[in-house]
Amino acid sequence: MATATKVAAPGREFTKSQEFLEGRRPTQVIGRVLLYAALVIFTLLFMVPFVWLISNSLKDAAHAFDGKWIPEPIFWQNYVDIFHEPEFPALTLLKNSVIVTALGVVSVVFSSSLIAFALARLRFPGSNLIFLVILGTMMMPGEVTLVPVYLIWRKVADLTGGVIGTGTLFPLWVPGLFGSAFYIFMLRQFFQGIPYDLIEAARVDGASYFRIYWQIMLPLTRPALLAVAIFEFEAKWKDFMGPLIYVGGKPELHTLPVGLQIFSQHFGFGQFRWEMIFVAAVLMALPLVVAFLVAQKHFVQGVATSGIKG
Amino acid sequence: MAVVAAPARGSFRKRFLNEEARAGYLFVSPFIVGFLIFTGGPLIASLYLSLTSYDVINPPFFVGLDNYTALPSDERFWHSLQNSFTYLALHLPTGLPFALILALLLNLRVKALSFWRGAFYLPKVTPLVAASVLWLRILSPNNGLLNDALATVGIQGPAWTIDAQWVKPSLAIMALWTVGTWVIIYLAALQDVPKELYEAANLDGANAIQRLWNVTLPMISRVIFFSVVVVTIASLNIFDQAYVMFPPQVFGGQAGPQDSALFYMLYLFQQAFTYFHMGYASALAWVLFFITLAITAVQLQVSKRLVYTDTGR
Repeated sequence: MATATKVAAPGREFTKSQEFLEGRRPTQVIGRVLLYAALVIFTLLFMVPFVWLISNSLKDAAHAFDGKWIPEPIFWQNYVDIFHEPEFPALTLLKNSVIVTALGVVSVVFSSSLIAFALARLRFPGSNLIFLVILGTMMMPGEVTLVPVYLIWRKVADLTGGVIGTGTLFPLWVPGLFGSAFYIFMLRQFFQGIPYDLIEAARVDGASYFRIYWQIMLPLTRPALLAVAIFEFEAKWKDFMGPLIYVGGKPELHTLPVGLQIFSQHFGFGQFRWEMIFVAAVLMALPLVVAFLVAQKHFVQGVATSGIKG
Repeated sequence: MAVVAAPARGSFRKRFLNEEARAGYLFVSPFIVGFLIFTGGPLIASLYLSLTSYDVINPPFFVGLDNYTALPSDERFWHSLQNSFTYLALHLPTGLPFALILALLLNLRVKALSFWRGAFYLPKVTPLVAASVLWLRILSPNNGLLNDALATVGIQGPAWTIDAQWVKPSLAIMALWTVGTWVIIYLAALQDVPKELYEAANLDGANAIQRLWNVTLPMISRVIFFSVVVVTIASLNIFDQAYVMFPPQVFGGQAGPQDSALFYMLYLFQQAFTYFHMGYASALAWVLFFITLAITAVQLQVSKRLVYTDTGR
């Protein structure tokens, strides 16, 4: 994004050479030094908690929080023990988090893009009205629908004998099947950038509208779909209140955030084994941190786009 | 806008049932069904529930406005409202200016931009529950990182998470660590400010502060307004951190020392899912909704005077 503006801005050559000359003035040099000093300090402030987290996760109970940055001895055993810790069933929690996240991402990306495609590129009476409803839904406060939606899932559990509904993982990802207003809004704008001619041409060739969506539209909007997928991956992996409400009473269905909260309540406040809780926190944050380091550009672009709508 | 370009004079059948329209209705039908089940329906249901007494087991019992009239004499309602507003008052004026400063620094044509930006955003990538257990220990009076650091410069830090007075400042400090979203959004807005404006300001002899005040801030004022609205709503909805850091099981049934972390959403959650007072919880939700709406309306009025809108083009 930054590089694009650099190339596009006219008159840039002039300012650049001017800046180059100015850059040699002592006051400019001092300014630059101060700027980078500030950036380094702020970066350290942001990174120190991470270092402290990892450092203390590598200490045994006797040395945890001893104030040393480099653990003596480095106690890797914590990262083995965490998988045998009955208070923190890591593999079960991981399995549930993966199920909810994977199903959530796939269903919300598929349905939101299909709906957005129809709104952006298919002509049918009432599409504008539906778009207005989507805008209205985006403004909807979540707290108001919290209780009734829970009651609906409770009813579903009653009707299905507990197979679907509260006390299962379904309420955590099934709403994604119906699309998300915010993502539909975002994707619709991307689809609007695709010329009608492309659809007309495919129609002449006898392609169905679904095939046009699947084989032409989806490949063309891959960056936008990726941004949505990343957003939803983050949201589902981090979601705490959802699992707390719907599977809070069923330990075998807990996801990582709920598992970590309960672990800290018992093992932290109770037994003061915070180094083990730190291990759990590191493991839980790891997938997102790695994904961010690999695909930083897409994370950042998604966030920047979400702000521009304001 | 998807303008209806179907033949305007065609018959009803033709307009609504041609293949394109059929595909359109089919593709958007998940949203319509989802809206009815998860948004529209619940909205009406919530309004009705707020006028009932409902414990999930017995059928809802209509009580009129009793839930609403009971609120003023509910001490924990006032206490939770006060806690949420205190947090808002601490977080809004610290978090957003901090994010703006970081974005302004990054906008000074720095080298390795994506590295710095990534460093500022990484805490936001960390799940809030993980960040909460980390900060609980950072803020701990016993071997906590913050007080240890303060001690090295001769300051004895307060008992952040144990002293009721310091609980909300603690959460506001922790929130400074996760302002990365707004750094990115502000930076994107700053990069969109036309360069010609700065060149013109330079020719007029404006110094850096004048350029900031007269060019930069007005040009990104729309985004600043957006951020203030969003952060206000999010602050009043604070939940995860408080639930993880101040579990009632540890603080004798209270949310943190002397209920100092009993935020509005926490109280609503307790009423709904601990006591199963579904009617009362619904009333609480509507009250929060109208409070938020009122604040947003005021912010919108204020912004009309402060936000620069480009009308010249």
